Amino acid sequence: MAKYAGDYKMNCTSAFVYSEQFTNYRFHDEHPFNQKRVVLTYELLKESGALNNNQVLPPRLATDDEIKLVHDGAYIEAVKKAGEGKLSESKAAEYGLGTEDTPVFKNMHEASAWMVGGSLQAVDAVLEGKVQHALNLGGGLHHGFKRKASGFCIYNDGAIAIEYIRQKYGFRVLYVDTDAHHGDGVQWAFYDDPNVCTLSIHETGRYLFPGTGNVNERGQKEGYGYSFNIPIDAFTEDESFIEVYKTALTEVMEYFKPDVIVTQNGVDAHYFDPLTHLYGTMNLYECIPKLAHELAHTYCDGRWIALGGGGYDIWRVVPRAWSQLWKIMTTNTPFSGPLPERWLKKWKDEAPVPLPETWEDIEPLYKAIPRKMEITEKNKQNLDKAMQWIRNQKNTPYS
Amino acid sequence: MLVEEVMTREVVTLPPTATIENALKLLSKHRIRHIPIVDDNHHVIGIVSDRDVRDASPSIFENDPDPEEFKKEIQNIMSTPVITVHPLDFIEEVAAIFYENEIACVPVTKENKLVGIVTEKDVLYTLIQLTGVHVQSSQIEIKVKNKVGVLPAVTNIIAKHKINICSVLVYPDPEDDDYKILVFRIQTMNPLPVIQELKDEGYEVLWPNMPGITK
Repeated sequence: MAKYAGDYKMNCTSAFVYSEQFTNYRFHDEHPFNQKRVVLTYELLKESGALNNNQVLPPRLATDDEIKLVHDGAYIEAVKKAGEGKLSESKAAEYGLGTEDTPVFKNMHEASAWMVGGSLQAVDAVLEGKVQHALNLGGGLHHGFKRKASGFCIYNDGAIAIEYIRQKYGFRVLYVDTDAHHGDGVQWAFYDDPNVCTLSIHETGRYLFPGTGNVNERGQKEGYGYSFNIPIDAFTEDESFIEVYKTALTEVMEYFKPDVIVTQNGVDAHYFDPLTHLYGTMNLYECIPKLAHELAHTYCDGRWIALGGGGYDIWRVVPRAWSQLWKIMTTNTPFSGPLPERWLKKWKDEAPVPLPETWEDIEPLYKAIPRKMEITEKNKQNLDKAMQWIRNQKNTPYS
Repeated sequence: MLVEEVMTREVVTLPPTATIENALKLLSKHRIRHIPIVDDNHHVIGIVSDRDVRDASPSIFENDPDPEEFKKEIQNIMSTPVITVHPLDFIEEVAAIFYENEIACVPVTKENKLVGIVTEKDVLYTLIQLTGVHVQSSQIEIKVKNKVGVLPAVTNIIAKHKINICSVLVYPDPEDDDYKILVFRIQTMNPLPVIQELKDEGYEVLWPNMPGITK
């Protein structure tokens, strides 16, 4: 790792995929998935002086053929029709459209295809060698299935981007998903593929959607041993999450030695997030990108594509957490201290909650958790079970 | 759920005159733990488990490459009579048979002929299906008064939100006989609106339910 120490501590060339068009992916006003968070992040970075126009890369519209890398043609047609108001309710239901999670909205195909195109732009920018890293906060919609929308996701841009990398560049890909929900759509898309390794750390599916992501989901056929899942308990705090993340990512990286990393940086494991029961703080969102960044330099010559994902406290959590992701991607050091005055002033009236004034969370953020020790122990056990496969292979003298 | 919906139809069997060696090879080839022994009419006359066969095998410390024991007929060691079930029995009854008799497998017979087999693995698999965890969903638990009409009242609220229910389990509240816990797996990533409405209607919602901690 020391070999590259000089590189990544300096400024890395990175691309920030962005367009206000991302906000067209909008179900309705009361829906928790709100891409305004990408705008809030963009403006926070601008006000902080950490993002300049040369770094901004516009997304493009993904073609039908590109979306078909993962999705069924019939499903794409259904999404198109739904967006034009021409899909019957029963037909829609067959494709998971028109539900509370993924309601039908106008031009939903186009809005989704822009986000997919954003992730493909990020891939090309990195793999054509124009930049070392790229970030598409509009992407990371990891619940989309081959022929079914679910969990706020229509097209699975992460899975499409990975298949695109496989076909266009032939690279072996490690997908790392730290969203509080299991990255099921991406996992199942590559479940039998030994050239794509998936690692998902998420709140246990005991209560939380989608319910999968058990330790024993390890892949199948040739892909066995290339899916890793570490479910962590409700009420898990920073230290335990970070212990699991650092150990798992370090060991999986060393085992798989990918050519490129794709990370899904959902930020819904934060204490404030309304949809999950994890107790993370901003520390988590400094730690997660830092290790991904360092390991991308160690193993992949820096090739790292980061995507957005979940994050439903769009005022207090997402803008800060995603800004830190970009800051660490470009300079390897996080922001600290007060947030820019102008950003706070611009948004404080529109925000339904008081905005945080500093990059760090106020401590303590919540009342102490009574069963912390047991939760930490259980998470560690799941971590060890998940890593057993790798550790066994290391200890086998013949193979 | 009925036995015929769960059972394995391709059953590996042996005649009573087969040798212990045959049984050993068959168990390992098919990675199974039980072999029904059938006569010429396909009537089940016995059953052998992997443990029966092992008990009858020589110790691994003996170095005889062709031990006498292996040549003995399987009918010498098979268990009999055999507990069997019918294709129309309920899978819950099979679970009770396993529990009471401390066994892990029953042959399924129709008109006395072998038509299938159910093992504890099938029962566990069925249980997993019943809990609905194989479908993308969120789980909520609701503590309700043990009285008529509560379940439809709750499911109505869920239906109003256009959310599909994957599974429902009802179990008695371990602490209070007057209450029951309803466990729903519902097909949504955002159960908050449903939870809010249930709470507004006066229900106690546990999401998640970890004793000693509340969010």
